[in-house]
Amino acid sequence: MTDTIAEHAASDLEVGSPLIEMDGVGKSYGAITALEGIDLRVGAGEVTCVLGDNGAGKSTLIKIMSGLHPHTSGSLKVDGEETRFGSPREALDRGIATVYQDLAVVSLMEVWRNFFLGSEIRKGNFPLAPMDIAGMRRIADAELRKMGIAVKDINQPIGTLSGGQRQCVAIARAVYFGARVLILDEPTAALGVKQSGVVLKYTAAARDAGLGVVFITHNPHHAYLVGDHFIILKLGRRVLDRKRSEVTLEELTAEMAGGQELAELSHELKR
Amino acid sequence: MSQTVATEPEPPASPPTPPSAPAQRSAFSRLLARPELGALAAAIAIFIFFFAVAEPFRSLPALSTILYASSQIGIVAVGVALLMIGGEFDLSAGVSVITAALTASMISYQFSANMWVGTLVSLVLMMAIGFVNGYLVVRTGIPSFLVTLGTFFMLQGINLGVTKIISGTVSTENVADIDGFASLKAIFASEFAVGGVTIRATVLWWLLFVAVATWILLRTRVGNWIFAVGGNADSARAVGVPVDKVKIGLFMAVAFLAWFYGQHRLYAFSTVQSGEGVGNEFLYIIAAVVGGCLLTGGYGSAIGAAIGAFIFGMTTQGIVYAGWDQDWFRFFLGAMLLLATMLNLYVKKIALTRK
Repeated sequence: MTDTIAEHAASDLEVGSPLIEMDGVGKSYGAITALEGIDLRVGAGEVTCVLGDNGAGKSTLIKIMSGLHPHTSGSLKVDGEETRFGSPREALDRGIATVYQDLAVVSLMEVWRNFFLGSEIRKGNFPLAPMDIAGMRRIADAELRKMGIAVKDINQPIGTLSGGQRQCVAIARAVYFGARVLILDEPTAALGVKQSGVVLKYTAAARDAGLGVVFITHNPHHAYLVGDHFIILKLGRRVLDRKRSEVTLEELTAEMAGGQELAELSHELKR
Repeated sequence: MSQTVATEPEPPASPPTPPSAPAQRSAFSRLLARPELGALAAAIAIFIFFFAVAEPFRSLPALSTILYASSQIGIVAVGVALLMIGGEFDLSAGVSVITAALTASMISYQFSANMWVGTLVSLVLMMAIGFVNGYLVVRTGIPSFLVTLGTFFMLQGINLGVTKIISGTVSTENVADIDGFASLKAIFASEFAVGGVTIRATVLWWLLFVAVATWILLRTRVGNWIFAVGGNADSARAVGVPVDKVKIGLFMAVAFLAWFYGQHRLYAFSTVQSGEGVGNEFLYIIAAVVGGCLLTGGYGSAIGAAIGAFIFGMTTQGIVYAGWDQDWFRFFLGAMLLLATMLNLYVKKIALTRK
């Protein structure tokens, strides 16, 4: 499956070159500040892990990068160019693809329809041009086979696949359509150990192919397996920003569990 | 990498598929997954039932009448089914048919204009109504059930109020003598005999609309988007589907078909009763649901809605042919709706079972 990704990954990606640079980015909804002063850098061939509890601002950060909501302060640069996205389509056109945990796919639609959703192949360019259905079935089937995802029938509703398989189809789709930056929103949250392993391997494969990966999770163990850079958010602010060489899994886990606050709490509760 | 993600091993019984051809289930199991299958079975059963109990039901002219009754529900039901697959409702579809007919009639009569003028003004107005319905739904996020319930009552009031102001009665003047009436009647309300059997134009239009809608749903990108916005709008938006445009377009498609059927009523009867149409929105919705559309969106077919409308036509006429009290028709309609909804839920569950 590494080959599949390498085959479709953009050829101009050079490991370490910055794809997304955020400088003091913030987002407020009216009087409520959801995110404030975030500096973040996504490099090609690197996995940037964003950790945080519920309400830490992870989803807001994703929404800014994926074009669902524009940021209200700070600067967002894509490939060195100042950007403010107006729609998810704009972000996709710049090579930023997001795979959401619970809304990655449309359950009742066939696997091949999901694979090509939003990027359908058509025979012609007029508004109601027919789709190349045979071609899309063939490509979707071939791509999934290469990744080692065995679907019995490319025409079955994608809701009949397992959670891990659905995530992989969504990731494969993003890579196939030329993503340069892959944002994974809690890709392992609803999965068992074995299924998580598959998703993590696939994440690593995307990184090795030169893509920039933003891995959003609340699981430091999963993050540490693939991450090159770790950022922890708390209440809309960045509380930790370390390279892999500067942090251990224990520190990461402790910080995620509450860090200083937890230490104080443990002191209070001591008998 | 060659590892397999499947949680269950491939059963040894299934023959290995050649890598060139995509894996597919058997034709039979794919047929079982079709949304319109339940409706088809019900339609056959109801046909056999009335064929057995009502002697007049067994003639070709009776079939012609049944098809005409079916087309009168079926035309708008095509749009309502597409909209329901796209995850929305339109409760204003029943009265907006009358709005369309009234507008065409009154514009032409009051301004002494050719009927074509009134009919085209009516089309523009209906497209605007569809747009407003859709725009309000996507902009405000208020459920379409409420938005279109509002427009339903507003249109009902306008239909009655404006007609009374202009004509002083509850119906419009007869427009049969106005220029253009004959040519428009040929389009919207003609009938011709083939071998002694009357064929109504609406039946042919209905079949055409069903065919076009089916083609759009299954063969085009827009069809893919309709399923996606109904099945999971957020997911569709995230992969770049223009969700709002698709939904507004669907409301406009319903409005277009309501306009079309409204013109049929005008050119078939020459006058329009301003209080009619109320309650028909539910018949359209029932036809779509009986035909396998999920109320929650993302699943269904235009052919199913056509079968639903055909069941409606068979039952209205069948009860007459059998010599029963027509009041029972309402009871039957309600029972069909409940059964169909339960069947649809079951089908959805089966469709999403891991295989």
